[in-house]
Amino acid sequence: MPAAIEIDDISKHFRLYHEKYTSLKERVIHLNKLPYDEFWALKNVSFDVNWGETVGLVGHNGSGKSTLLKCIAAILKPTSGEIRVRGRVAAMLELGAGFHPELSGRENIYLNAALLGVSKKDVDLRFDDIVDFSELGPFIDNQVRYYSSGMYTRLGFAVAVNVDPDILLVDEVLAVGDENFQRKCFDKVEEFQEEGRTIVFVSHSPDIVRRVCDRAYVLDHGKIVGEGTAPEAISILREFQARGSGLASMIASISEDPASHLAPVAAQEEISLPNDRVMVGQISVAFPATAGAGHLTPGDPLAVKVSYSATRPISGVLVGIQLFDQKGDLVFGTDSDLLGLEPLDVDSEGELEFSFPSVAVSDGLFSVAVGFTSAIDQRIYDWQNQELAFKVISNGKSSGYLKLEPRLILNGEAVPFKS
Amino acid sequence: MDQANSLPDKKMVASRIEDLPIRVVSPKVGVFARIQNIWTFRELLVSMVRKELRIKYKNSVLGFLWSLLNPALYLVIYYIVFQKILKNNMPLFAIFLLCGLLVWNFFSNALSSATTTIINNAGIVKKVAFPREILALASVGAALIFFLLQACVLVLALAIFQVIPAFGYLWLVPFALLALVLFASSLAIALSAINVYLRDTQHLMELVLLAWFWATPIVYPFQELGVRLAQKGLLFLYFFNPVTVIVLTFQRALYAKLSYLNNGKAIPLLPGYSPGWFALQLLIVVLVSAVLFIGALMLFSRLEGNFAEEL
Repeated sequence: MPAAIEIDDISKHFRLYHEKYTSLKERVIHLNKLPYDEFWALKNVSFDVNWGETVGLVGHNGSGKSTLLKCIAAILKPTSGEIRVRGRVAAMLELGAGFHPELSGRENIYLNAALLGVSKKDVDLRFDDIVDFSELGPFIDNQVRYYSSGMYTRLGFAVAVNVDPDILLVDEVLAVGDENFQRKCFDKVEEFQEEGRTIVFVSHSPDIVRRVCDRAYVLDHGKIVGEGTAPEAISILREFQARGSGLASMIASISEDPASHLAPVAAQEEISLPNDRVMVGQISVAFPATAGAGHLTPGDPLAVKVSYSATRPISGVLVGIQLFDQKGDLVFGTDSDLLGLEPLDVDSEGELEFSFPSVAVSDGLFSVAVGFTSAIDQRIYDWQNQELAFKVISNGKSSGYLKLEPRLILNGEAVPFKS
Repeated sequence: MDQANSLPDKKMVASRIEDLPIRVVSPKVGVFARIQNIWTFRELLVSMVRKELRIKYKNSVLGFLWSLLNPALYLVIYYIVFQKILKNNMPLFAIFLLCGLLVWNFFSNALSSATTTIINNAGIVKKVAFPREILALASVGAALIFFLLQACVLVLALAIFQVIPAFGYLWLVPFALLALVLFASSLAIALSAINVYLRDTQHLMELVLLAWFWATPIVYPFQELGVRLAQKGLLFLYFFNPVTVIVLTFQRALYAKLSYLNNGKAIPLLPGYSPGWFALQLLIVVLVSAVLFIGALMLFSRLEGNFAEEL
């Protein structure tokens, strides 16, 4: 079976203008000076996306992942190389791109569908589905300029997913809209996955990639630097962020890892050498209360032990921890700085323990990620995942996600326990 | 995954794969592929033209009547100014003018709106993949619709003033229109792409169109200048401008007066060429425009690759 998308040695060259000269006068004046830097947004990228696969593209800002998606969508043309895409493509780079405010919702549906290459006849067949999905109902004949941003986004998404695409290209758009709408979007994405459609997904958010993608590619400075299952790709990405210095990767890491929320530069006299690293070694969990059982019951204490090694005794180290549920959603995250603790002085080797007196979840399978960052220059030293680290099995007192202990009060008097 | 495999939908998709169209994204797209692409998106072209028309007169009470009022007013003003005030003895000067003016209005509307169309539609150019030439062609299409509406005014005026067209030349009119559309389309495609990189183009075009207007025999009759150029053997210069022969065809077929008597002296207006001569000239314009069209597509293809960043 041929691949859905074949990307064959793609490179994309950009000119980064210091100042843009678009008028004739400016061009003539600056004729001999080249007011731009040349750089490669993508360099020799090749891979295939198979049918029915959901592939993520991850990387920090400026890594080239959005450029790659735009090339697949044929919005940008590569400087060299070739991309072969089979079937109808719907690119959701911006929902409702191409809507004209003066036209009604109805007119915009037809216009937008025509932009995606869908004939009027096909839209006629799907018109009701689109209106249903957008939840616009009676407002469909109003001018789009009177729509709220939510209505606008819903209509854009409704058109894009209802044109029966074989391949869906998604860039971060699922991050917008209210919670209800987001759930609807994810449901639709899951439906597409079940129907065996192909999805390419660009995201900054490790949570979403983990949740949606089968596979992911990691891009850095226009090159593919890693490939694997979603969790593998995310740890490769984190490793790259740890290794790479520079503002871009730093900004990305701050926005991506709530747990590595970083404090302002703490102590100027402490130095941070470029080769300094604190590596996460073994992550293990222990169940102090139910040592033999191999799992927790709700409310039990938990200990997460982390061995580490550093290139030298380093001071000013922050340590962060995150817990993920089975879907890859973050359930808990913090770091030593957020907890108000002093930055750590670590030896070249040692062990750390996070001790949780009580784990207030009722049920589920959880994974743990631990990382070290520098309090001095906000660098991420290392970040590691431990998949499926521990299990919590309900004690039958409640169902659902959280372990809460409500008390019941009847007419001002506590209801007694069964004797 | 296993679960998904057993779904009938998945099999359905798999069986279709071989038949699916393949879109190749590569640095170079051939002219033939571009034309094919435009054809695939012809419905979009229609939608875009409709959009342009809708938006232009959205929320206005008179709507399309406005586009009819423009030539009607020209008719009245030129009649009063030239015939009543300046005592120009040329018979039915307003009709003569309108023949050329309609052609020119189409040409200049198409070019000036096409020049800025890619910048004005930056939102979709940056976010949606479709053949971008469609935007320039939609400008031409919208101008063509206005031309056809305004032509109604001309037909009405011909009927009111009981002008008898030259029936032997009438068949040339659609041919001339085709040549005009093709010529305007190729310039529109080229200009729309150039203006993305060189924003001066749109201002330059205003001046160029003004000069071009007066270089074309619209307000003054062809022979006014033609006779003098012919004496110096420079008549061919006149026909370097493809719009000249198109305007001339409209005037010859619809206005249909070669000369008129002024105080007993014959004043020449239009040249006495045969229909065959006109047909040949128009054919040359069509061929030249076809070459220009291919050239414009090649230029567009070169420039299009970086539209999304330049905007």
